[in-house]
Formats: sequence, structure tokens, C-alpha cells
Amino acid sequence: MDTMRERFASVTTQLLDEDPRLAVVLADIGVDGFRTAAERHPRRVVNVGIREQLLIGVGGGLALAGMRPVVHTFASFLVERPFEQVKLDFGHQGVGGVLVSAAGSYDWPAGGFTHMAPGDIALLDSLDGWTVHVPGHPDEAETLLRHAAAAGDDKVYVRLSVQSNEAARPVDGARFLPVREGRDGVVLAVGPMLDNVLAATEGLDVTVLYASTVRPFDDAALRTAVAGATAADMVLVEPYHEGTSTRHANDALAHVPHRVLGLGVGRPELRRYGQIDEHLAGQGLDARSLRERITGFLGR
Amino acid sequence: MTNTTTDTTGATAASPVADFAALPRLMSLMTGDEKHGPAATSTLDALWVLYDRVLRVSPATAEDPERDRFLLSKGHGPMAYYAVLAAKGFFPTDWLPGFGSYDSPLGHHPDRLLVPGAEIGSGSLGHGLPLAVGTALGLAAQGRTGPAVWVLIGDAELDEGSNHEAIAYAGAAGLSRLHTLVIDNSSATHGWRGGIASRFEAAGWSVTTVDGRDHEALYTAFTQPHPDRPHAVVARVEAKEYAGEPKPKAAPEPEPGAAAA
Repeated sequence: MDTMRERFASVTTQLLDEDPRLAVVLADIGVDGFRTAAERHPRRVVNVGIREQLLIGVGGGLALAGMRPVVHTFASFLVERPFEQVKLDFGHQGVGGVLVSAAGSYDWPAGGFTHMAPGDIALLDSLDGWTVHVPGHPDEAETLLRHAAAAGDDKVYVRLSVQSNEAARPVDGARFLPVREGRDGVVLAVGPMLDNVLAATEGLDVTVLYASTVRPFDDAALRTAVAGATAADMVLVEPYHEGTSTRHANDALAHVPHRVLGLGVGRPELRRYGQIDEHLAGQGLDARSLRERITGFLGR
Repeated sequence: MTNTTTDTTGATAASPVADFAALPRLMSLMTGDEKHGPAATSTLDALWVLYDRVLRVSPATAEDPERDRFLLSKGHGPMAYYAVLAAKGFFPTDWLPGFGSYDSPLGHHPDRLLVPGAEIGSGSLGHGLPLAVGTALGLAAQGRTGPAVWVLIGDAELDEGSNHEAIAYAGAAGLSRLHTLVIDNSSATHGWRGGIASRFEAAGWSVTTVDGRDHEALYTAFTQPHPDRPHAVVARVEAKEYAGEPKPKAAPEPEPGAAAA
């Protein structure tokens, strides 16, 4: 199986052949995957060099000229470094585009914190109108990238990761999927967190919802799931900053007394290198830690 | 002065409602008197020559994909810009007295979703030139070789690193339909040793430095051929401290968060 990033390059190369409105903007990262595309469409595959402010500004300018830009680099350099460009060159100008990140929260642990962006979605949450896809499998990444490219002039963020679930789910770019049904509470797993959540809740009488699209937040799916439980208790398990979606869950459940536990990547820097599974354990996101934290919260 | 402009599709634009001599009165509708802050007037002559004689855009073609694009990156002190747009009929002159009020589309920084004819919303410095690079790339990708892309920045705005990313890339990429107008009123805190033009030259641009109050010199510089490379015009005007009303040295700008342009 290829990685989400490899799938991104192959799918987008194909989409460039099909959609003359599409253009790819790179900043020296991910260039190899687009060599063929650049040969076929030299004016629609642009590498601006190591210039991330320009990367986003060029994306906004392409959109102003009527194109649909697909802008890619690591999440740290795509969302965090040029954040004001994301805010102004898309949102304030009233234009859209597709931002596709890689490396996520700790896809390259040996690279250290400079290449980690667990706060990317919390940052985007301060802006209006961004659709956020967090695929949990390369097949889902392909589906969601196709949705993003075809989404008119919408502003879409696609968060790719080397973390992946074993099997792809039938995602539709909008709704949460019920994966397991139970009565003692609801656990929402985002993207690549699903396998660990399923392992952690094995034998528990809980509903597991799966989200590969987190913005807009599927309020209706959460309300339905909670209505089937004996208490409105829910746990959010996200592969980025803990609590990022807690506000949305609270808003969705505002009509009922409820409790929400947000699990994810903590704010403190671990200052550790190593491997992804070591970071998952270090953040309490491995199956064993998740089971302890989920059962502790649900009191069962 | 011409009363009509011809756009790229051959249509004749509506006659402007005012000429250059009327601009001080239009600006006074926003400022309340006949004196104007240097930030507002530094761009006036260059903007007028562009809109009157160079840019192929009019109210009738403001949505035409083949129009020339003018991006006001230096969004501070936009009174001259508003006056020129009003004079050219992009919006009614009776919008001007409401400048900055809650119900007015005309803010102290322009918003493209509110101001007819404004290609970008600006105010935060250093966004216009990268957006212009993307616009030039997008037009080229669609095979639109006709439209020119112009962006106006200030000499202090050149302090922003994002502009240097754009200057270096545009020069290397040879974006020949891209034009930068730098209004130099010596307001950059540390200045630019060797001159502003040297930055563009080093990046492979065509550059001309002119008197920013001389309409013929501006026109000649704006229309200078520059095959296979982007073109910059550095328009020098009187230094900010000595023009119009003296600016108190330590006075902060009324708008938070952005450096003075």
C-alpha cells in the first residue's frame, strides 16, 4: 500500500489531466511526486522554492485569477509559518483553495518538534469556513482529495499522515460513520486514531463514531449517537491537539446535560525523538492508555 | 488627458466623472480639508497615470477575465486610491464622505468584497506582491497573455520578507506580465542601502526609477518594454516627514498591528 502522500501525488497528477482549472503549488517539498505532472502541465505545477509565505500568497493569487490551487508542504510550514497568509490571502480575499499537509503531529519523530504541527487544526479553527479532512487511510485520502479538488471555491484543508488504519472506511467527505454501537457512552475517533480506539474499546458497551471530516462538525451524527446512550457522555480522540473539537461537541450537545473528554496530543513539547508508536504511547494515545482513560472517564 | 479608455475586448469604457484636477476635492470629501497626509498623497500621481493611461480596466470591464489587474498592496492611506476609482466611475463620488464609517464600504484599508474595482483587500503589509505573482501565474496558466498585473507597494512595505520571496521568485521565473510600482517616500526605518532598484535588479527584474510627481516620466516608465522579465518602477516622492502636515516622530499609527507604510 502506498502512503497518503504518494496517493496525493498520483491522484492529483491525474486530476491535473482532467481539470484545467487545477494548479499545484509547492515549496521544494513533495516535488519529486509531481515530476511527471510538471512535465505535462508546466504552467500548472509551480515550485516557488523554500518560500512558504509566497507559497500561500501564490495560492491566493491563482484563485483570484480563477484557478483552483492545491497547495502542499509539511503542516508546520503550510499552516503555522504563513498563518496570516492563510487568513488573509484566502479568507479575507474571499477565495478558496485546497491546502494539503503532510507530517501531521509526529510523522517524523526523529526530526523533532520543528517538523511537528499538532496545533494546525486548532489554528485553522480560529478562521471561518474551512472544511477539514483527516483521512485515516490512503484510500480515504484519495476520496477526500477528489472531494476537495471538486469543491468549487471552498476552502479545504486535507491533513495527510503516515499514520493509518488497517482498513479504509466508506467516507463521503461530510458525515461521521457509526462503526460500533453501545449504550454506555460515545467515543469519536478521528482519522488514524480509529484502530487504536477500536482496540481500546473492545468488549466495552460503547458507540464508536468515525470522523474523517471534522469541519464542518457532524452535529447530527453525534446527537443521534448520544440519544442512544444511557448518559450523554462522550470521548473525543483526535490525532492533533487534545480538546481541538471539544467546543464543537459541546455546541452539538448544548440541548442536553453532557460530559466531554478530549484526548489528543498534549501542549507540552515531549522533546523526544524515536518512533511514532513511542510518541503515541507518550501522548497516551496507544490502545492500552486509551482504554484506561476512556473507562476512567465513563466510570465503568 | 483622455476621456475614454479602450479595453482589450474593444469596448469603450464609460467616460470618467472627474479628471486629475478634481482629485484634491474628492480627497477632501474623505479628509475633511484640503490638506492630506503624506501616506494618502504619495501614491496620487502614479495611481492617476496608471488608471488614466496605462491600465486596461474600467467599470464596464471590472469583471472581464482579460482586464488588467491592479493590486493595491499598500492599503494604508487609501484616499488617493478611492479618489481615483471614484473619478474613473468605479463607484459614486457620494460614497467618499462616509469614509471609515460603519455603513461605508470604504475603510481605512480597502476590502475587495466591498469596493468595486479593488482587486484585493489590503492593509497588512507584504501580501500584495505574492498575490500578484500568483495572479500572473494563474493568468498565464489559462493562456491569458494579454492582461498585465500591477501591484503597488511602499518603500517601507519592502521591509516585509514576503516581498523578497516574491521578488526573487518572479525574477527567476521571468514573469514578464508582472509589474511592481514602489512608492518611495523614504519611510523605511533603516532605508535601503544601494537603493530600492538594486534589489529588483539583482533578482533579474527590469527597473526604472522616476520622479513620482512627473506624469510623463511615470507614463514612460510604466510603458517601458521589458521582454522576458518582470518590471519595477520606483517612484520617488517627497520624504514622508516633510510632505504635507508634519508627522510627529513618535506618533503611533491609528490602526493597530501594522507598521506605517
